[in-house]
Amino acid sequence: MKILVCISVVQDTTTKITFTDNDTQFNKAGVQFIVNPYDELAVTRALEIAEANNGTVTIVHVGEADSEPSIRKALSMGANEAIRINANPIDAQFVAEEIAKIATGYDLILTGRESIDYNGGAVCGLLGAMLNIPSINVVTKIDYDGGLFTFDRDIDGGRETVSCAGPVIASAQKDLCEPRIPNMRGIMAARTKPLQIIEASVSNQAVSYLSYTLPAAKSGVKLIDPSNAAELINILKNEVKVI
Amino acid sequence: MSIVVFAESSDNQFKKSTFEAISYAKEIGQLIGKDVIAVNISGISNGAELGKYGASKVVNCNNTDGFTADATSDLFASICKELGASVVVLSNTYVGKSVSPRVAVALNASMASNVISVPDLSNGFAVKRGVFSGKAFAIVNLNRDIKVLAITPNSFEINSNGSDCPTESINANASPSKISIKAVNKVTGKIPLTEAELVVSAGRGMKGPENWVMIEELATLIGAATACSKPVSDMGWRPHSEHVGQTGITIKPNLYIAIGISGAIQHLAGVSSSKTIVAINKDPEAPFFKSADYGIVGDAFEVLPQLIQALKN
Ligand SMILES: Cc1cc2nc3c(=O)[nH]c(=O)nc-3n(C[C@H](O)[C@H](O)[C@H](O)COP(=O)(O)OP(=O)(O)OC[C@H]3O[C@@H](n4cnc5c(N)ncnc54)[C@H](O)[C@@H]3O)c2cc1C
Repeated sequence: MKILVCISVVQDTTTKITFTDNDTQFNKAGVQFIVNPYDELAVTRALEIAEANNGTVTIVHVGEADSEPSIRKALSMGANEAIRINANPIDAQFVAEEIAKIATGYDLILTGRESIDYNGGAVCGLLGAMLNIPSINVVTKIDYDGGLFTFDRDIDGGRETVSCAGPVIASAQKDLCEPRIPNMRGIMAARTKPLQIIEASVSNQAVSYLSYTLPAAKSGVKLIDPSNAAELINILKNEVKVI
Repeated sequence: MSIVVFAESSDNQFKKSTFEAISYAKEIGQLIGKDVIAVNISGISNGAELGKYGASKVVNCNNTDGFTADATSDLFASICKELGASVVVLSNTYVGKSVSPRVAVALNASMASNVISVPDLSNGFAVKRGVFSGKAFAIVNLNRDIKVLAITPNSFEINSNGSDCPTESINANASPSKISIKAVNKVTGKIPLTEAELVVSAGRGMKGPENWVMIEELATLIGAATACSKPVSDMGWRPHSEHVGQTGITIKPNLYIAIGISGAIQHLAGVSSSKTIVAINKDPEAPFFKSADYGIVGDAFEVLPQLIQALKN
């Protein structure tokens, strides 16, 4: 069983988002970077499945050298090896096109449901189509038995169970598992695990990021007396006209 | 050349988000002088009503296999090719998120998800999309000839001043899916959170799952969906499908009522684009009040019964 997990490296969830260079670049100053939370779930479940089936887990990340601590974290969780494709990973299509070049020969490929920076949520489907394999979005459960993968996935207004033989790609959603915390042995071992660096080669970029804006600030809260809470209903009905 | 819309349905009815997508496509159609064709592979027998929202034709393709990302996307992509689609519009729902990337690959298109604006054509094809889980927006240009846009539900007005349009059926072939559907568990009659216009949400301040009776009653009275903060779903008080925020669902309803939620940055990330925000919290220093339009500083267990009573009157 060979499993590939695609990870992205994102700003810590407490980051206050600001931009520089005339609002054309995300301001990385003072920002702490982490493995995307959904991708940690993907790594964890991949390790569990690999351990039960005598398999291996490879990590792939499209990013620049400063993301190596996060790649090492995935290795310290237990992954066997990693590949970093050297480029600024701004757009989902670019990332998927780069990963597609190294993604053959795996039985299972996992991504996160979306990255919490660019929220594209598209790499799973893009890669699935590029590799011509089925893609299963937002999975909360993955089992492997007798050559068949079974998934639970979120759908609009509910959940469904699907099954499929490998190779298949799926995107991890909360509830899949508890993220594994690296132990000291894992951290030591990760230092010497293979990390291959490949140069990016996609040139005809599908999407370009031009600029950023922040949401308009709220003008201030209007407080309603708690002993006359019914006034809120009146406001929502007659002033805001929303109910 | 045309603008093609993926007409999504649920329980044998077109979704509201489909009407939004067609109204949106119609606006693009007016900008670039092209017709809007709605593609209905849902099994709904007649889609003529989609003309009201701006479709000039509905193409029906009877697909009885149910939804799978691979086969449904293949089928839709082959229809897009046949119709000469230059712009493809979908809703950024779970279905749309599964289909849009695969269609983009099949059409060698550029794609953007979370789209919240009509394209600006003054210097290319630029749209605004939500990034950083609602904490910011990006303007992106779609560089390739064909564009696939997955638009955020509740971001566009429905325009229904057209009339029924002609329909035709098409025989398109897709290779069968490699995925087999084993079971589908849908809560019927409940509004999916991502598409809800009104949302009542509650946090750890509600003390325990038994107190959600009040939250649900309030939600039912105004026709809202229910949501919750992360610890509430982590503790199993509510299903994780209700968890909103940076690591949950991002929503954009017209009204978001937050009860007993402190307003941590990760929570706000998923809800701050809501049009009107109401915070109910007993702590006047709760950060949520800084992001709210209306606030009640009070005990939820005293405030909620008053709200419910007022709605019943
Ligand atoms: C990596 C990461 C990701 C995260 N992602 C998310 C996310 O996606 N979504 C999310 O929600 N959180 C997320 N969090 C957690 C977030 O930081 C907060 O801890 C969480 O939102 C707090 O939930 P809460 O407001 O329900 O609970 P609390 O912070 O405990 O707040 C409870 C509030 O209820 C009020 N209260 C108590 N009793 C009453 C009463 N009787 N009447 C009225 N008010 C009352 C209190 O004053 C308090 O403000 C994340 C955290 C991390 C580290």
